[in-house]
Amino acid sequence: MENRTDKNTYTLLFAVAMVVLVGALLAFTSSTLAPNIKTNKELEKQQNILYAMGVNENDESSAVFVSTDRVESLFKEYITKQLEVQGGAVKKNNQAFLIDVKKEQANAKSGRVRKLPVFIGEKDGKTYHIVPIRGKGLWDAIWGYVAMDDQMVIQGAIFDHKGETPGLGANIKQRFFMDDFVGEHLLDVSGNFKGITVSKSNADPKNDDKTDNEVDAIAGATITGDGVSAMIKSDLKLYLPYFKSLNN
Amino acid sequence: MGLLSKKDSKLILDPLADNNPITIQVLGICSALAITAELKASIVMSISVLFVLGLGNVVISLIRNIIPSKIRIIVQLTVVAALVIIVDLVLKAFAYELSKTLSVFVGLIITNCIIMGRFEAFALGNGPWKSFLDGIGNSLGYGVILIIVGFFRELLGSGTLLGYKVLGDPIEKTGVYAIGYENNGFMLLSPMALIVVGIIIWVQRSRNSALIEDH
Repeated sequence: MENRTDKNTYTLLFAVAMVVLVGALLAFTSSTLAPNIKTNKELEKQQNILYAMGVNENDESSAVFVSTDRVESLFKEYITKQLEVQGGAVKKNNQAFLIDVKKEQANAKSGRVRKLPVFIGEKDGKTYHIVPIRGKGLWDAIWGYVAMDDQMVIQGAIFDHKGETPGLGANIKQRFFMDDFVGEHLLDVSGNFKGITVSKSNADPKNDDKTDNEVDAIAGATITGDGVSAMIKSDLKLYLPYFKSLNN
Repeated sequence: MGLLSKKDSKLILDPLADNNPITIQVLGICSALAITAELKASIVMSISVLFVLGLGNVVISLIRNIIPSKIRIIVQLTVVAALVIIVDLVLKAFAYELSKTLSVFVGLIITNCIIMGRFEAFALGNGPWKSFLDGIGNSLGYGVILIIVGFFRELLGSGTLLGYKVLGDPIEKTGVYAIGYENNGFMLLSPMALIVVGIIIWVQRSRNSALIEDH
């Protein structure tokens, strides 16, 4: 005797019902939670920007952001200006932190001029120029924020990733990797943009040489490391005219 | 185990050793290789699988009599994917920090064959309570192996445990590094996970010859 659940019509109806039900459930959950998730992401962006300029609660070895309930007031306190660079023009934009780097990168590919946000932070009499970067790791997107002085010397960096391998590529968000970038020069001695390469063979594991445009790579995370080098090179290079205009 | 009958407690205890999902059933090998480079990731993955497998087994068991057998694999996949995505969204909205730690694992959980394997082998033919116990048991068995592998890979590969430098500092040459010890970078790569799992299987079978299959 054929089982009721083996019939084709039953199978078809079940499949349709399941898809509708599960689809509706997921859509409902996603749209109900969307505002919360959006707020969380914006707060995280502000935490990242503050982290890059050294406003964080780091202990000896781990990276700790300022808490979410303080981040908005701290952001107002430390970030004195938000700028938007487009083409050669620099203008103020108090919502620059909402600029979607992913969208702007897509715009640039289709030939439009990309909007580049710059956040000016002031802390202990020092001025930081903080900019976002974004690129590809091994599995998915990687991104970060880099704080620089007006000579394009890195003052702080934070990296994050969507899905790099835990224990290997995922370690780009660990202190030991991010802290290596502090003090590194993006320009070579003659002032040309060179970027920073995550290098497997720089023979400088303690990272004493800050002008070699290289930091020590993570073992087993070659492609993620190359992704970091690439996003630093391609995205920070775009800010070269901005930094040149600062020094004129 | 006073709360559970003898049969029920067998459901939990068996997968821990004699019917271990990784070493005996050979399920969930892919994720055991992928994320055991450090101990913390192994622990997080074990807890996530515990949650998803426990819940998923119950859901599948509840609808086991109405699932059309021709598309049961697709139904199972849909159930587990929906579960994982909902959990991920809820965490993103209410526990953002935690969700960032877990986001890497979401894809790995959905495609984890241990989950599909237990749906197929157990939940489709048993009641919800038994299926729940089976899910818990198997994910614990999975977790035990993950944690053992993660322990050795992190210790020998990076010289750390849960991020703490237990063997000293390899760059400053303190601790065991002072006498010429070096980290084995090969331990961080997936092939060594396979070898560690192999050693566990070897040890287990040599202690219990009943586990060796006849050929």
